[in-house]
Amino acid sequence: MRILYPFIAVLALVLIALVGANLPGGQALIGVVLPYVAFLIFLGGFVAKILGWAKSPVPFRIPTTCGQEKSLSWIPQNCIDNPSTRGGVVIRMILEIFLFRSLFRNTKTEIHDGPKLVYGSSKYLWLFGLLFHYCFLTIVIRHLRLFTTPVPFFVSVTEYLDGFFQVGLPVLYQTDIIFVLAITFLFLRRVIMPQVRYISLPADYFPLFLIMGIAITGILMRYFLRADIVSIKQLTMGLVTFSPSIKEGISSVFFIHLFLVCVLLAYFPFSKLMHLGGVFLSPTRNMTNNSRMVRHENPWNDPNIKPHSYAHYEDEFREFMVEAGLPVDKGLPPSADEDPAEK
Amino acid sequence: MYDGGKIITGLIIFIVFMTFPIWYNHGNAGNIPKPEKPQGVTQCVKDTAYMRSSHMVLINEWRDEVIRTGNRTKVTVQGKEYDKSLMLGCMKCHINKKKFCDECHLYTSVNPYCWDCHFLPKETI
Amino acid sequence: MADPKAAQLGVSVVKDPSLMTGAIPTKDWMDVPAIFKPGNYCYPAKAKMVEYHHFPNPREWTVESDDWKLDPNWKQIILEGMRERLMKFRSFKIFMDCCVRCGACADKCHFFLGTGDPKNMPVLRAELMRSIYRHDFTAAGKILGRLAGAREMDFGVLKEWFMYFYQCTECRRCSVFCPYGIDTAEITMMGRELLHLVSVNTNWILEPLANCNRTGNHLGLQPHTLKENTEYLLDDIESITGVRINPTFNRKGAEILFITPSADFFADPGIYTMMGYLLLFEHIGLDYTMSTYASEGGNFGLFTSNEMMKKINGKMYAEAKHLGVKWILGGECGHMWRVVHQYMDTMNGPADFLEEPISPITGTRFENAASTKMVHVSEFTADLIKNNKLKIDARRNDHRTVTFHDSCNPSRAMGMLEEPRYILKNVVNKFHEMPPNTIREQTFCCGSGTGLNTGEIMELRMRGGLPRANAVKHVKDKYGVNTLSCVCAIDRATLLALMDYWNPGVAVCGVSELVGNALVMDGEKERETGLRFEELAS
Repeated sequence: MRILYPFIAVLALVLIALVGANLPGGQALIGVVLPYVAFLIFLGGFVAKILGWAKSPVPFRIPTTCGQEKSLSWIPQNCIDNPSTRGGVVIRMILEIFLFRSLFRNTKTEIHDGPKLVYGSSKYLWLFGLLFHYCFLTIVIRHLRLFTTPVPFFVSVTEYLDGFFQVGLPVLYQTDIIFVLAITFLFLRRVIMPQVRYISLPADYFPLFLIMGIAITGILMRYFLRADIVSIKQLTMGLVTFSPSIKEGISSVFFIHLFLVCVLLAYFPFSKLMHLGGVFLSPTRNMTNNSRMVRHENPWNDPNIKPHSYAHYEDEFREFMVEAGLPVDKGLPPSADEDPAEK
Repeated sequence: MYDGGKIITGLIIFIVFMTFPIWYNHGNAGNIPKPEKPQGVTQCVKDTAYMRSSHMVLINEWRDEVIRTGNRTKVTVQGKEYDKSLMLGCMKCHINKKKFCDECHLYTSVNPYCWDCHFLPKETI
Repeated sequence: MADPKAAQLGVSVVKDPSLMTGAIPTKDWMDVPAIFKPGNYCYPAKAKMVEYHHFPNPREWTVESDDWKLDPNWKQIILEGMRERLMKFRSFKIFMDCCVRCGACADKCHFFLGTGDPKNMPVLRAELMRSIYRHDFTAAGKILGRLAGAREMDFGVLKEWFMYFYQCTECRRCSVFCPYGIDTAEITMMGRELLHLVSVNTNWILEPLANCNRTGNHLGLQPHTLKENTEYLLDDIESITGVRINPTFNRKGAEILFITPSADFFADPGIYTMMGYLLLFEHIGLDYTMSTYASEGGNFGLFTSNEMMKKINGKMYAEAKHLGVKWILGGECGHMWRVVHQYMDTMNGPADFLEEPISPITGTRFENAASTKMVHVSEFTADLIKNNKLKIDARRNDHRTVTFHDSCNPSRAMGMLEEPRYILKNVVNKFHEMPPNTIREQTFCCGSGTGLNTGEIMELRMRGGLPRANAVKHVKDKYGVNTLSCVCAIDRATLLALMDYWNPGVAVCGVSELVGNALVMDGEKERETGLRFEELAS
């Protein structure tokens, strides 16, 4: 059920797009109205989500320290995994966001007779996760050629490098292959590894299937079914210059592709995909470990919470304290009406 | 505590990135390509729709047949013979690279490697 | 229920079908109910304890019963509490939203490794809470329900929370591996706070808290008892070293206030660590005092709610101000240092009545404690050794082959990794590290932190502690390690049981005990035994 439902959902989306693209007015809906709506939901939803997080304060300084703290001058600090300066945090965050440093630590634990626990390195998730994300980025950048004119240099260079081996015509992009492989890995891993399978929700499979659908339709369009790229670019340029028009004869596969992308955009802010924004704001990663050096303030710190006072304590134990030779603030015997703290 | 400034800055950067095509083009959708049609010719080796989307597939096939297997058999369509050649086939009718090929290729940022081997036609130099 | 023998349990963890041993559960986790039976839960707090803390709905109730005598409005209280906390803690909000369930955390949790219970995978522990969050606070969950991983809060969920938020020791190991830094400790803390709102709590936490509030320490030692206990230790020190030490309590005008977990005054083997401190301070002639009022370093409030943590912690600064000391020196304790390092200044500071700590012996300025004004005894001792201020005869520890257990909090919520190692390398001749995946920031919990060090869940503790014990066994077999040193009072209490169970013959000690044992005191007699009256190596 957890796998089947999202799969059916994505199939249904494909069908809707296919039928829609062949109905009168359907192309305008999928090609013009939907992209605007989806993009607005994406941007608005993303910003609203982040602002929602931002509204809650970070009351305490809680970095997860993964290395030696800054302490005595002769003990070398691990400035990246246990940063005490903003610069260190920036490096830590860059490594986290661009290289998935925490995931790189991943290990696999097995239990053997004895009992004996064995820890092995396990970097596949890191590797395929990284490949997946970088391919995605490259593909997004490549697509900018359909949204800009003249096409900026960085887009042409990305395209050129991605098709560096000049296999076939149209030139095969390496990222297309790696991307599909990476999604397949991420999917199979969810299905095969018992632990991951058990924790996976429909909300984990749905984006995988959706992105897979986008990749497959894109690949079909480029290498197999073919589509008229000039007409498509006229449509996309129309979208970004707010003068949309649709030419006749764009193949249905394009509309399926576009429809799935719109669904992904609109789904994004309400899903786990928001880890894109969340990773920047994670308090265990983006804070300096300097809480003993610089006071961190908590906006809702309640000054009325006070410890059981020493005066009360001494009142209760004064006799014992005096007897044991411990110093007291007020001597014995306490007169009955003297102590206002008692009231 | 809140880091509001940093978060807003980050969001602005994010929006700027995401809306890059909008402000980069600032409303100019560019010239719609109008490849020059050959004069006095009305038909090609395949229909227009196919040629618009897939001419490179055909040219690539020709290239492989001619260069790799030495098969230079001409293609006959509706009684007309065509050389399986870019310069001697295609460009016999579509004589001007600039006004024909480049029109769409520049628009869609396609850089075919035809001209890695073929000399550029005179008018482009 | 009798606890199983180590041999039995050792087979059970490997052979019994569980998610750790490759058996795949047939039921969706939402359909597996939490079933309490003797040995898998902590006893609920007694009514008078709940009353003492002014928590709502004090009552006697039994965990195994299906009637927890909850406030009829309990669901709403929990949901309101959740809403409030989402607004107060950004970490909570983000950790509810961001998880992609990649599973990197799954086999990082000592409780999962020891029990194979799927709900002990950090990701699933958090999902227990996230499923409710989705149902009541997200659009997708409201519309799609279970399809979006959402479910309604009900008694079954409450039972799950009570079970699994008390099978997490907030050790933060999962957080090290999470690509978004999701820290289950944060989620467990929220879970426990919410449970306290409806007074579903454990006696093992509330009673020490009540003690701490009233007498100043978790053990409930009254001022005269504390002093008396110290006298016994001083007698022992005299008979072992020939030196009589006279520490002071509650002395105004001392330069430094020393605060350590109360177990160090009272319980074996913490008392030997205490003897170590006393010898060290005497050796360097430190002008310090201890407090009977603030006689607890630890803080079970951390395991209850942030308000309780603040209240308990407040005594440290209050007493420092009352006694007029310059700064505070803290003893060896794990969660105490989580509180001191990451929370104290924020909650109860600024400590502008104290001075930036400077070692009166070496003149070293502890810049890393400039604001909080509290220094860890290991930082303090490492500095003394580096500056050659201690006369050390490391051969006195030659009867010990030592390894070091990084406690969760000093390693992952502070980063104090090298100081204790530097000390150990100077006071011990035979020192061996455990395997790299089990130390430093990847260290394994003792399995009994966060108020789980209670006798009624012994099997659970032994399972949770298995990864740690297993690493010790490795160095025991390989190097003949016979002493497990640590800088944590809960460790000293719980590792002892853990070692007796899995690795009999391995002793547990604080780092300062080894320091004290190696110190050559002025005017001392020839040492015949160590601080435990144990034979020295010939």
